[in-house]
Amino acid sequence: MTGARSPVAPVPYRVVGRREETADTVTLVLEPAGPSIPEPAPGQFTMMYAFGVGEVPISVSRTGRVLEQTVRAVGPVTRALCATRRGQVLGLRGPFGTGWALEAARGRDLVFAAGGIGLAPLRPAVLRALDEGAAFGRVAVLIGARTPADLPFAGELDEWRRRGAQVEVTVDRPGPGWTGHVGLITALAGAADIDPAGAAAFVCGPEIMMRLTAEALTGLGMDPGAVRLSMERNMHCGVGWCGHCQLGPLLICRDGPVVPYERAVPLMTVREL
Amino acid sequence: MDEVTADDLARERFFADVPDRHRAVLAPTARAVVVPDGHRFFEEGGRAEWFWLVRSGTVALDLQVPGRGAVVVETLPAGSVVGWSWLFPPHRWRFGAVAVGPVTAHRFEGPRVRELCAADPALGYDLALRFGAVMLDRLEATRVRVLDLYARPEQVP
Repeated sequence: MTGARSPVAPVPYRVVGRREETADTVTLVLEPAGPSIPEPAPGQFTMMYAFGVGEVPISVSRTGRVLEQTVRAVGPVTRALCATRRGQVLGLRGPFGTGWALEAARGRDLVFAAGGIGLAPLRPAVLRALDEGAAFGRVAVLIGARTPADLPFAGELDEWRRRGAQVEVTVDRPGPGWTGHVGLITALAGAADIDPAGAAAFVCGPEIMMRLTAEALTGLGMDPGAVRLSMERNMHCGVGWCGHCQLGPLLICRDGPVVPYERAVPLMTVREL
Repeated sequence: MDEVTADDLARERFFADVPDRHRAVLAPTARAVVVPDGHRFFEEGGRAEWFWLVRSGTVALDLQVPGRGAVVVETLPAGSVVGWSWLFPPHRWRFGAVAVGPVTAHRFEGPRVRELCAADPALGYDLALRFGAVMLDRLEATRVRVLDLYARPEQVP
């Protein structure tokens, strides 16, 4: 970002590409329409503003000056974002949050475990790990989805495999012709071709999925300190001012969304915080 | 089919911390098997006389649904145990199981294992706990799937 721009002022970005990932999920390719926000790190998010409708936190699914953000239509703002077309302008603030801290995992085997659209914030980290293959050990990407049709980034998973990653997909509800895994993502943990004792894990999806996946991975011998989760809360300001995203002692927009497993789990099992 | 040794069992996670004497008793009940893609291990309703420890490949559990054919309810990757109906009366399969691609496994004689467990309660208790843990894992996974975690909000009742 040039100059001392306010962290609460959106920066205009133009939609230069658009891919429908699933029936309700769209990836937008965004280019700065003027000054840009700083380049996001894998795992960071922006506050995306559909002008006149509202603002929501959305993970960055490809980093860079021209970046990608993947949006699932679940409410008025996300529906407006998903409906944007090439040439239209959106607002971005950020990037915010902690990111996946891949640097700390150098030399280790990596496990990426995603539930549904949780693959979006993991994607930049997967791509970084594949780009810097020699810096890491084996890479396993485990993905759980509701149905085969609900799998985001399905078109590029073979490319990840070709570049050396083990990619395993499991669905809750197989359709006709599906010959892959069926069941909870936890069943894939044991199938990951990694050394659990020396691996790091990055997990993103519904909270229950993340908790059970982290339990499965640590049950195989992974150090709980090497497991990170991406928490989702109702983020508004993005800079720890407003308190909307408070989770116990954490302000997720500032202290997260990526949180160490040991720090997150005690908070995930509290009924209300 | 090849014989399976106690050392072979020691290399499998399911049996990793089983006492040596239990592995020595169980190994003669097992045979190493290799089956091709599409091999049906058992059909719903059939007599349950075996269980398998999957060493490589994937096994799909299915249920025959009128009008839809065999619907896969879960797949079991390498390291999984397939079949527990042999352990409980009436010893009939409640689901079917089919190989998804080539599968290697250790196949155990269920009735023989039951006899061994009856003769040695310590072995029986050990094995019952292990199968109980497998069943608990599958039950918990099924309950979580019932939650339909990845559904759109409007799809959740």
